[in-house]
Amino acid sequence: MIDLLAAADVIADKPDQILVGLKAVGAGLGYGLAAIGPGVGIGLVVGNAITAMARQPESAGMVRTTMFLGIAFTEALALIGFVVFILLNFA
Amino acid sequence: MVASNKDLPELAGSEPERLIVADLVKRGLKVAPIWILLAGLIWGIDGAASATYGLVLILANFVVAAAFLTWAGRISPAALMAAALGGFIFRLIILTIAVVAVRNLSMFLPVPLGITIIVSHLGLLTWETRYVSLSLAHPGLVPDASKRMKGQEKK
Repeated sequence: MIDLLAAADVIADKPDQILVGLKAVGAGLGYGLAAIGPGVGIGLVVGNAITAMARQPESAGMVRTTMFLGIAFTEALALIGFVVFILLNFA
Repeated sequence: MVASNKDLPELAGSEPERLIVADLVKRGLKVAPIWILLAGLIWGIDGAASATYGLVLILANFVVAAAFLTWAGRISPAALMAAALGGFIFRLIILTIAVVAVRNLSMFLPVPLGITIIVSHLGLLTWETRYVSLSLAHPGLVPDASKRMKGQEKK
Protein backbone atom coordinates (compact mmCIF):
# COMPACT_ATOMS: atom_id res chain seq x y z
CA MET A 1 0.00 0.00 0.00
CA ILE A 2 2.80 2.36 0.97
CA ASP A 3 4.60 1.45 -2.27
CA LEU A 4 1.49 2.28 -4.28
CA LEU A 5 1.18 5.65 -2.58
CA ALA A 6 4.86 6.35 -3.28
CA ALA A 7 4.32 5.41 -6.96
CA ALA A 8 1.30 7.74 -7.11
CA ASP A 9 3.49 10.55 -5.77
CA VAL A 10 6.05 9.91 -8.52
CA ILE A 11 3.30 9.95 -11.17
CA ALA A 12 1.94 13.22 -9.80
CA ASP A 13 5.43 14.75 -9.91
CA LYS A 14 6.24 13.73 -13.50
CA PRO A 15 3.02 13.41 -15.53
CA ASP A 16 4.75 14.26 -18.84
CA GLN A 17 7.26 11.43 -18.55
CA ILE A 18 4.52 8.95 -17.71
CA LEU A 19 2.61 10.10 -20.80
CA VAL A 20 5.67 9.65 -23.01
CA GLY A 21 6.24 6.18 -21.57
CA LEU A 22 2.61 5.13 -22.06
CA LYS A 23 2.71 6.45 -25.63
CA ALA A 24 5.78 4.32 -26.38
CA VAL A 25 4.15 1.25 -24.81
CA GLY A 26 0.98 1.85 -26.84
CA ALA A 27 2.96 2.30 -30.07
CA GLY A 28 4.90 -0.90 -29.49
CA LEU A 29 1.77 -2.87 -28.60
CA GLY A 30 -0.07 -1.47 -31.63
CA TYR A 31 2.76 -2.40 -34.00
CA GLY A 32 3.04 -5.89 -32.55
CA LEU A 33 -0.70 -6.53 -32.68
CA ALA A 34 -0.91 -5.14 -36.23
CA ALA A 35 1.74 -7.65 -37.34
CA ILE A 36 -0.18 -10.69 -36.03
CA GLY A 37 -2.99 -10.52 -38.62
CA PRO A 38 -0.69 -10.27 -41.66
CA GLY A 39 1.43 -13.10 -40.23
CA VAL A 40 -1.62 -15.36 -40.15
CA GLY A 41 -2.71 -14.08 -43.57
CA ILE A 42 0.66 -14.74 -45.21
CA GLY A 43 0.67 -18.24 -43.72
CA LEU A 44 -2.74 -18.90 -45.27
CA VAL A 45 -1.77 -17.45 -48.65
CA VAL A 46 1.48 -19.39 -48.94
CA GLY A 47 -0.01 -22.59 -47.51
CA ASN A 48 -2.83 -22.58 -50.05
CA ALA A 49 -0.44 -21.64 -52.86
CA ILE A 50 1.75 -24.65 -52.03
CA THR A 51 -1.33 -26.89 -52.02
CA ALA A 52 -2.33 -25.50 -55.44
CA MET A 53 1.19 -26.04 -56.83
CA ALA A 54 1.22 -29.62 -55.51
CA ARG A 55 -2.14 -30.35 -57.15
CA GLN A 56 -1.35 -28.63 -60.44
CA PRO A 57 2.40 -28.23 -60.93
CA GLU A 58 1.86 -26.89 -64.46
CA SER A 59 0.15 -23.79 -63.06
CA ALA A 60 2.97 -23.00 -60.61
CA GLY A 61 3.94 -19.80 -62.42
CA MET A 62 0.45 -18.36 -62.23
CA VAL A 63 0.03 -19.47 -58.61
CA ARG A 64 3.31 -17.89 -57.57
CA THR A 65 2.40 -14.64 -59.32
CA THR A 66 -0.87 -14.47 -57.40
CA MET A 67 0.85 -15.59 -54.19
CA PHE A 68 3.45 -12.82 -54.38
CA LEU A 69 0.79 -10.17 -54.89
CA GLY A 70 -1.30 -11.69 -52.07
CA ILE A 71 1.65 -11.58 -49.69
CA ALA A 72 2.40 -7.97 -50.59
CA PHE A 73 -1.23 -6.89 -50.12
CA THR A 74 -1.45 -8.68 -46.77
CA GLU A 75 1.75 -7.02 -45.68
CA ALA A 76 0.15 -3.62 -46.22
CA LEU A 77 -1.77 -4.13 -42.95
CA ALA A 78 1.48 -4.52 -41.03
CA LEU A 79 2.83 -1.41 -42.78
CA ILE A 80 -0.20 0.56 -41.60
CA GLY A 81 0.63 -0.56 -38.03
CA PHE A 82 4.22 0.49 -38.67
CA VAL A 83 3.16 3.95 -39.80
CA VAL A 84 0.97 4.34 -36.70
CA PHE A 85 4.04 3.37 -34.63
CA ILE A 86 6.10 6.06 -36.41
CA LEU A 87 3.44 8.71 -35.91
CA LEU A 88 2.90 7.92 -32.22
CA ASN A 89 6.60 7.81 -31.41
CA PHE A 90 8.11 10.51 -33.59
CA ALA A 91 5.38 12.96 -34.64
CA MET B 1 -1.96 -15.61 -82.75
CA VAL B 2 -4.08 -16.31 -79.68
CA ALA B 3 -2.53 -18.05 -76.71
CA SER B 4 -4.29 -20.96 -75.06
CA ASN B 5 -4.56 -21.62 -71.34
CA LYS B 6 -1.58 -23.96 -71.41
CA ASP B 7 0.63 -20.93 -72.17
CA LEU B 8 -0.20 -19.20 -68.91
CA PRO B 9 2.52 -20.71 -66.70
CA GLU B 10 5.11 -20.11 -69.41
CA LEU B 11 4.01 -16.49 -69.78
CA ALA B 12 4.16 -15.98 -66.04
CA GLY B 13 7.72 -17.35 -66.09
CA SER B 14 9.38 -19.83 -63.79
CA GLU B 15 10.41 -17.01 -61.44
CA PRO B 16 7.48 -14.61 -61.69
CA GLU B 17 8.46 -12.66 -58.57
CA ARG B 18 11.45 -11.23 -60.42
CA LEU B 19 9.27 -10.01 -63.31
CA ILE B 20 6.69 -8.49 -60.96
CA VAL B 21 9.30 -6.69 -58.91
CA ALA B 22 11.04 -5.35 -62.02
CA ASP B 23 7.68 -3.94 -63.10
CA LEU B 24 7.00 -2.50 -59.64
CA VAL B 25 10.40 -0.79 -59.48
CA LYS B 26 10.01 0.60 -63.02
CA ARG B 27 6.62 2.05 -62.18
CA GLY B 28 7.86 3.33 -58.82
CA LEU B 29 10.72 5.16 -60.52
CA LYS B 30 8.31 6.63 -63.09
CA VAL B 31 6.00 8.01 -60.38
CA ALA B 32 8.77 9.05 -57.96
CA PRO B 33 9.56 12.51 -59.41
CA ILE B 34 5.89 13.56 -59.34
CA TRP B 35 5.37 12.25 -55.81
CA ILE B 36 8.57 13.84 -54.48
CA LEU B 37 7.68 17.16 -56.12
CA LEU B 38 4.21 17.01 -54.57
CA ALA B 39 5.69 16.25 -51.13
CA GLY B 40 8.15 19.10 -51.62
CA LEU B 41 5.33 21.54 -52.44
CA ILE B 42 3.33 20.52 -49.36
CA TRP B 43 6.04 19.93 -46.72
CA GLY B 44 9.12 21.64 -48.17
CA ILE B 45 12.55 20.16 -48.84
CA ASP B 46 12.48 18.04 -45.67
CA GLY B 47 9.16 16.56 -46.79
CA ALA B 48 10.57 15.76 -50.22
CA ALA B 49 13.57 14.05 -48.60
CA SER B 50 11.30 12.03 -46.29
CA ALA B 51 9.07 11.01 -49.21
CA THR B 52 12.15 9.93 -51.19
CA TYR B 53 13.32 7.87 -48.22
CA GLY B 54 9.86 6.26 -47.91
CA LEU B 55 9.84 5.35 -51.61
CA VAL B 56 13.32 3.86 -51.38
CA LEU B 57 12.26 1.78 -48.36
CA ILE B 58 9.16 0.43 -50.11
CA LEU B 59 10.98 -0.43 -53.36
CA ALA B 60 13.79 -2.09 -51.39
CA ASN B 61 11.16 -4.01 -49.42
CA PHE B 62 9.65 -5.36 -52.66
CA VAL B 63 13.07 -6.31 -54.04
CA VAL B 64 14.11 -8.13 -50.86
CA ALA B 65 10.76 -9.97 -50.67
CA ALA B 66 11.09 -11.13 -54.29
CA ALA B 67 14.73 -12.16 -53.80
CA PHE B 68 13.79 -14.25 -50.73
CA LEU B 69 10.88 -15.99 -52.48
CA THR B 70 12.78 -16.61 -55.73
CA TRP B 71 15.70 -18.10 -53.82
CA ALA B 72 13.43 -20.29 -51.66
CA GLY B 73 11.27 -21.33 -54.64
CA ARG B 74 14.30 -22.99 -56.22
CA ILE B 75 14.87 -25.11 -53.10
CA SER B 76 11.51 -26.56 -52.01
CA PRO B 77 7.92 -25.66 -51.06
CA ALA B 78 8.84 -25.90 -47.37
CA ALA B 79 11.63 -23.38 -47.93
CA LEU B 80 9.11 -21.14 -49.71
CA MET B 81 6.85 -21.19 -46.64
CA ALA B 82 9.79 -20.48 -44.32
CA ALA B 83 11.06 -17.67 -46.57
CA ALA B 84 7.62 -16.05 -46.79
CA LEU B 85 7.06 -15.96 -43.02
CA GLY B 86 10.69 -15.45 -42.00
CA GLY B 87 11.11 -12.82 -44.68
CA PHE B 88 8.05 -10.95 -43.41
CA ILE B 89 9.49 -10.67 -39.88
CA PHE B 90 12.98 -9.90 -41.22
CA ARG B 91 11.73 -7.09 -43.46
CA LEU B 92 9.63 -5.54 -40.69
CA ILE B 93 12.68 -5.51 -38.41
CA ILE B 94 14.85 -3.95 -41.13
CA LEU B 95 12.17 -1.31 -41.90
CA THR B 96 11.91 -0.42 -38.21
CA ILE B 97 15.68 -0.13 -37.85
CA ALA B 98 15.90 1.95 -41.05
CA VAL B 99 13.35 4.46 -39.73
CA VAL B 100 14.54 4.56 -36.11
CA ALA B 101 18.11 5.15 -37.36
CA VAL B 102 17.17 8.43 -39.09
CA ARG B 103 14.66 9.77 -36.52
CA ASN B 104 17.05 12.44 -35.21
CA LEU B 105 17.98 13.85 -38.61
CA SER B 106 16.57 17.29 -39.42
CA MET B 107 15.09 16.07 -42.73
CA PHE B 108 13.00 13.39 -40.98
CA LEU B 109 9.28 14.22 -41.10
CA PRO B 110 7.04 11.36 -39.92
CA VAL B 111 3.86 12.42 -41.73
CA PRO B 112 5.17 12.52 -45.35
CA LEU B 113 7.20 9.39 -44.67
CA GLY B 114 4.15 7.51 -43.33
CA ILE B 115 1.85 8.67 -46.12
CA THR B 116 4.47 7.75 -48.75
CA ILE B 117 4.95 4.27 -47.28
CA ILE B 118 1.23 3.42 -47.32
CA VAL B 119 0.27 5.15 -50.58
CA SER B 120 3.25 3.91 -52.61
CA HIS B 121 2.94 0.33 -51.35
CA LEU B 122 -0.79 0.06 -52.03
CA GLY B 123 -0.71 2.19 -55.18
CA LEU B 124 2.09 0.26 -56.89
CA LEU B 125 0.53 -3.07 -55.95
CA THR B 126 -2.89 -2.09 -57.27
CA TRP B 127 -1.31 -0.87 -60.51
CA GLU B 128 0.64 -4.12 -60.90
CA THR B 129 -2.40 -6.26 -60.05
CA ARG B 130 -4.39 -4.64 -62.85
CA TYR B 131 -1.59 -5.43 -65.30
CA VAL B 132 -1.15 -9.02 -64.02
CA SER B 133 -4.92 -9.69 -64.13
CA LEU B 134 -5.05 -8.46 -67.72
CA SER B 135 -2.02 -10.46 -68.83
CA LEU B 136 -3.38 -13.64 -67.20
CA ALA B 137 -6.83 -13.18 -68.69
CA HIS B 138 -5.55 -12.24 -72.17
CA PRO B 139 -2.04 -13.70 -72.54
CA GLY B 140 -1.96 -12.90 -76.25
CA LEU B 141 -1.94 -9.18 -75.38
CA VAL B 142 1.32 -9.36 -73.42
CA PRO B 143 3.83 -7.28 -75.47
CA ASP B 144 6.46 -10.02 -75.89
CA ALA B 145 3.98 -12.94 -75.96
CA SER B 146 4.48 -13.62 -79.67
CA LYS B 147 8.28 -13.86 -79.23
CA ARG B 148 7.88 -16.33 -76.38
CA MET B 149 5.41 -18.41 -78.37
CA LYS B 150 7.73 -18.48 -81.40
CA GLY B 151 10.48 -19.68 -79.06
CA GLN B 152 8.21 -22.49 -77.85
CA GLU B 153 7.35 -23.53 -81.41
CA LYS B 154 11.06 -23.83 -82.29
CA LYS B 155 11.58 -26.13 -79.29
